[in-house]
Amino acid sequence: MAALTQTRWQRGRVAEVEEVAEGVRRIVLEPEHPVPAAPGTHVDVDLGTEHRTRTRSYSVVRSEDGGARLTLSVQLARQSRGGSRHMHTLRAGDEIAMTEPVQSFPLSVGASRYVLVAGGIGVTALVAMASALRRRGADYQVVLVGRSRRVMAYAEDLVAEHGDRVRLHVDDEGTPLDVAALVAEVAEHAGARHTELYMCGPIGLMDAIRGAWTGHLLPEPNLRFETFGSSGTFAAEEFVVRIPQFGREIAVGPETTMLDALEDAGLDVMSDCRKGECGLCLVKVLDVDGQVDHRDVFLSRDQKERSAHLCLCVSRAVAGADANAKARTRSNGNAPAAVTVLLP
Amino acid sequence: MTLTTDATTTDTAAPSGPVRLPAGGTLARPVDPSAPASAAAKIFNHPRNAWYVAAWDHEVTGKSPLARTIAGTPIALWRNSEGRPVALADTCWHRLAPLSQGKILGDEIQCPYHGLRYNATGRCSGMPAQETINPSAMVPSFPVVERYRYVWVWVGDPDLADPDTVPDMHQMDSPEWAGDGETIHADCNYQLILDNLMDLTHEEFVHSSSIGQEELSESEFEVTHDDTRVTVSRWMHNIDAPPFWLKNMRDKFPGFEGKVDRWQIIHFEAPGTICIDVGVAKAGTGAPEGDRSQGVNGFVMNTITPETDRTSHYFWAFMRNYCLDSQTITTQLRNGVHGVFGEDEDMLRAQQRAIDANPGHEFYSLNIDAGGMWVRKILDRMLQAEGRPSSAAPAGQGA
Repeated sequence: MAALTQTRWQRGRVAEVEEVAEGVRRIVLEPEHPVPAAPGTHVDVDLGTEHRTRTRSYSVVRSEDGGARLTLSVQLARQSRGGSRHMHTLRAGDEIAMTEPVQSFPLSVGASRYVLVAGGIGVTALVAMASALRRRGADYQVVLVGRSRRVMAYAEDLVAEHGDRVRLHVDDEGTPLDVAALVAEVAEHAGARHTELYMCGPIGLMDAIRGAWTGHLLPEPNLRFETFGSSGTFAAEEFVVRIPQFGREIAVGPETTMLDALEDAGLDVMSDCRKGECGLCLVKVLDVDGQVDHRDVFLSRDQKERSAHLCLCVSRAVAGADANAKARTRSNGNAPAAVTVLLP
Repeated sequence: MTLTTDATTTDTAAPSGPVRLPAGGTLARPVDPSAPASAAAKIFNHPRNAWYVAAWDHEVTGKSPLARTIAGTPIALWRNSEGRPVALADTCWHRLAPLSQGKILGDEIQCPYHGLRYNATGRCSGMPAQETINPSAMVPSFPVVERYRYVWVWVGDPDLADPDTVPDMHQMDSPEWAGDGETIHADCNYQLILDNLMDLTHEEFVHSSSIGQEELSESEFEVTHDDTRVTVSRWMHNIDAPPFWLKNMRDKFPGFEGKVDRWQIIHFEAPGTICIDVGVAKAGTGAPEGDRSQGVNGFVMNTITPETDRTSHYFWAFMRNYCLDSQTITTQLRNGVHGVFGEDEDMLRAQQRAIDANPGHEFYSLNIDAGGMWVRKILDRMLQAEGRPSSAAPAGQGA
């Protein structure tokens, strides 16, 4: 929210580190200047790397003692851009640079019904919301989606706290989420027009929910989500950006972004949010050798299908996966994908 | 009642050591900057976790938004298509333009600058020139309750906003009471108005032509309190009715002459509502014992909303329980109280100026301040619970 998004940096001390699920580490931070963290807030952490996008955002799972203890939880990403790997090296007593809690995913007051949908580690954004809804006595439901219980952090805690308001969908138990059925259920409920759905998870899950949501003509503002631009349809891999107007060809490693790579190469590029929301870094796509993995939420589904534009800050290119890619005819199978763009 | 030293330092007061005389020669209280915030703060902070009246119900419409700053927070107030009041932060997410200058479009409000639209929860519902809506785009939305002819808002933690804690002002829309009121934009800290209403001894001096009389400062009063409420009761027996009350007695009892028993029972409910049970009855007819049938009874309904540290919205009404059908009496009473409160307004403005002009001076208390001091203590505890100091003025600026 506008009034609450001023970012103030401070030091924070790592108080506790604990494995809470396979590959998921709970990290308790003690900020220098505590302020209570409302449900939906996140903190930005400075990784201190050489990349321009040095910060990563992590949801506050829990705020205790007026914000003196803030709990984050970080999953070691299979294709980490470096953030989760760095966070997993933290030990109790370490100091980091962090922001105050920043609110860009607030829980509203007064909806007749709330549905919280968490995919994988996206649960971290919704744990505090669920508690707030329980304390308020609101009508709510928590839907947890994961590959396997072993990796689903907080699933047990949520079931213990919220009982049968929690629904678990676990791929390796043969109970995957039927997105169409979930959204149909929302749409058929008496309070459908005043039901808010909050979701955080892989972009594929969120795109599917968004598609079903608009399909049922449910009010778009009632669909709330948060993405830190970290999730794509495909794993991050190295690719090449071609900028014919400047005769440049720039490699983008799996741990960096197109925006960072272009800036590092000395190109003057416009951007603001760096998480695929604002659309300021939008550029025209002239050609693709491979496929664009649109990771932003600025472009609509149609616009992503046309792929005439992309957001430099989060989107990537991938070589594999697309059977129709004309790329395969032009390059050998191991060559990195390439995307040709026109900068404004 | 104890007075502790104010927590804030001033330019003229030494933090410790010998007492210094300020320019005017008055003895100033030494100020200890390390002392806890005290009930004697001159610019009192306001609790945020509280219901405050933002507007009269008729001021909030579905035609055009109302801009009002409540407890330091600029708010745009409007009604949706169902007629429900909505309170949103009065600043667009995008470039902070005031939404209150925008248009109401059914269940949405549109920013006057670039046309971004927001629904009643503050979530952006439309952005110009793009097919999606930025998921971060929203403005704070505040809990709202419409009750007792007022629109109340809660600017603090929304999870603590319980509609059952709206202060009781039921006389405002009860069929057993009739009356009307107005709003004063008061140029003073809200606590000065609470002080004013918690001790009516000032009527003798400020309102000598209408309700003041010397028996006020001659009669005893009784103070009781609990965690959120303070009551100050004062009875004056067998006295001449002052002009305001003589007129009211004659409205109900044409041609009335003689002595009256007069009462003032001040009911404070945190953080800013004061309903004063006032009236007179024919002397010796049993009013103190509970039989008010031979008298006239009014309730002076006051609810004070801090706007800034030095300005306040003062909503008042005068409700009566006799001659309910007379619009003439409603208008006369409203106009009469308007005149009386105008005298308070002038005094409060002058007091605030004097406070600001004399940063080195502290407040001292009299016995008559007991009610107001209990109010301060309750407010101080509410502020402590929010982790905020009772003094709103930063150190060095004459708290």
